[in-house]
Amino acid sequence: MTDNTQRVSTAQLLDRRDERVAHEDTIGSTIGGFVDRVRSGDLGSLPVVVGLLIICTAFQSLNPVFLAPDNLVNLLFDCSTVGVISLGIVCILMVGEIDLSVGSVSGFSSALVGVLWVNQDWPVAVAIVTALGLGGAIGALYAFLFNRLGMPSFVSTLAGLLAWLGLQLYLLGSSGSINLPYGSPLVNFGQMLVMPPIVSYALAALAGVVLFATGYRMAARRRAAGLSASSLGRLLLKGVLVVVVLEFIVYYLNLARGVPWMFGLFVGLCVVMNYALKRTKWGRSMSAVGGNREAARRAGINVRRINTSAFMLCSTLAAAGGILAAARLASSSQQAGTGDVNLNAIAAAVIGGTSLFGGRGSAYSALLGIIVIQSIASGLTLLDLSSSLRYMITGAVLAVAVIVDSLARRSRVSHGRA
Amino acid sequence: MSTISDVDQPQQRPGELVLSLRGISKNFGAVSALTDVDLDVHAGEVVALVGDNGAGKSTLVKILAGVHQPTSGTIAFDGEHVVLSDPATALGLGIATVFQDLALCENLDVVANIFLGRELNPIRLDEVSMEVRAWTLLNELSARIPSVRDPVASLSGGQRQTVAIARSLLTEPNLILLDEPTAALGVAQTAEVLDLIERVRARGLGVIVISHNMEDVRAVADRIVVLRLGRNNGEFGPDVTNQDLVTAITGADENSVSRRASRRRAQQSREVRP
Repeated sequence: MTDNTQRVSTAQLLDRRDERVAHEDTIGSTIGGFVDRVRSGDLGSLPVVVGLLIICTAFQSLNPVFLAPDNLVNLLFDCSTVGVISLGIVCILMVGEIDLSVGSVSGFSSALVGVLWVNQDWPVAVAIVTALGLGGAIGALYAFLFNRLGMPSFVSTLAGLLAWLGLQLYLLGSSGSINLPYGSPLVNFGQMLVMPPIVSYALAALAGVVLFATGYRMAARRRAAGLSASSLGRLLLKGVLVVVVLEFIVYYLNLARGVPWMFGLFVGLCVVMNYALKRTKWGRSMSAVGGNREAARRAGINVRRINTSAFMLCSTLAAAGGILAAARLASSSQQAGTGDVNLNAIAAAVIGGTSLFGGRGSAYSALLGIIVIQSIASGLTLLDLSSSLRYMITGAVLAVAVIVDSLARRSRVSHGRA
Repeated sequence: MSTISDVDQPQQRPGELVLSLRGISKNFGAVSALTDVDLDVHAGEVVALVGDNGAGKSTLVKILAGVHQPTSGTIAFDGEHVVLSDPATALGLGIATVFQDLALCENLDVVANIFLGRELNPIRLDEVSMEVRAWTLLNELSARIPSVRDPVASLSGGQRQTVAIARSLLTEPNLILLDEPTAALGVAQTAEVLDLIERVRARGLGVIVISHNMEDVRAVADRIVVLRLGRNNGEFGPDVTNQDLVTAITGADENSVSRRASRRRAQQSREVRP
């Protein structure tokens, strides 16, 4: 009886007229829908959560320091540098291209800041802005090569990888490294500065409140327009869950030094990027170009400009990551940005759920992915394994992540979800 | 969308010249896809463009959509000489195109596809208004789309065609190009699309329909323009016989279609005789 009346009332809604379609209106059907999605290959961030659980259990049982607040705070400091680079990778992957030179660009920009600030006595802010600007210029160069000369991004950025590494070595000269002064604001930011507890608690609460408020406003507007909307209880539940989880994390971190400002900056960039990708015309165009370039072009989207914005954002964020890494290590060295930085940045984006094939992804995949990668790195370091083993294990994890991505993609295609 | 709601308007006489092509040629390297093609479309008129494979229909549509540029010839739109240098220019002038390959982004949902490139409120997408408008458009097309929030990848061929047509109507264009609009549709949906084409005509828009289906063409077109090997090869009214149309399309009285027809006639008359 009640079931019947409910069916009649929902049938009046603009988007609920087709009775053949099952909708996730109750909590039970929401869970059922989630299981269906996962089965058909729409994994979302599930692999990350499962992966993180496995990693935490494994390393915690091997070394109880792993989950200690101190180690987690350090982990967040380390996450932020490569995480910012990975955020740029998300951008470039969205349009279905790749930038293999982000490590070199980050190393180059850290060397540039060292030279300009310490050796040439420029004000630090000017040095940083210059490095970011040159990062953007590098992206513009790639975009020119790609748009005008048809050079595959794979090749142009591989060439860039060598070229910018060379430039980095040239800048640093024979000495090989420049120490950044301890106690300077930049180095403090990279090594010491944490949020006062009250600020971190407030920010965690704010996240839940904003989530609830935007959800509530959206639901009200949808209802006013005659569309289905999620219920108040569900929104409340979501908001409260987010607040509880975040407050617990913040509390745990505050047992040690607290939440690093650098991590705050990284999360802030993720939030802004997520908004830009999901809620602006630019972001929609990015997904469209990554999904079907020709369709985007015919829809009147300026595909070249979208590509250019993706390449430039990626390189600029790589440069920013390089500066943060220099601040973290208090030095600009020949090793900065070499080794596994490139692969870690790309792997983080892919592990977090951004597709290598373009058109699917989210800014938060950089955040989730880099936490996984850094956890593995941190755990292996705590176990005192040699770097040979560390490389092999990280490589295997990356391979598994890409396999999961392409298997999920195949399953999505056969289930008609793409 | 008011374009398709007032079905009952009396059909107007074809009005002003909307589009006028003169001497359009297009070469791809050594191949001349189009040679000296002329085409006129008036307001409130459905022009069907027919021809065999390789006759140049799709090339002509792509030129009008701004995807290709003609090698020579002039295009006049609303009486003014225009250069359709890219798809955005064509859209801006009021020429909307539904391509045969539909050109949808499979990773985006129906609303995003309908509004692609024309999103409301660029820095804070107005998802609610876009969704309402999408439902309105689709309901007017009597479309059976399960959810406009599903990615297009999960839709059937006919549903995709409907999404593509809804999308082209969004800009309230002066001229609509439909490339094989009924090729992938079921019986009911074909009828819906033909109805829709008539509603669009009643609003005073020019419509160009490309089709292989002679039934559909004769049912809906005011004029039928035949292309053959990249050249104009005749213009007919909707009352043209199938025989004449096939002759113009294939370029000979004696062709595989007429041979087949006469063979069947001969066979039937043999069967009638004892």
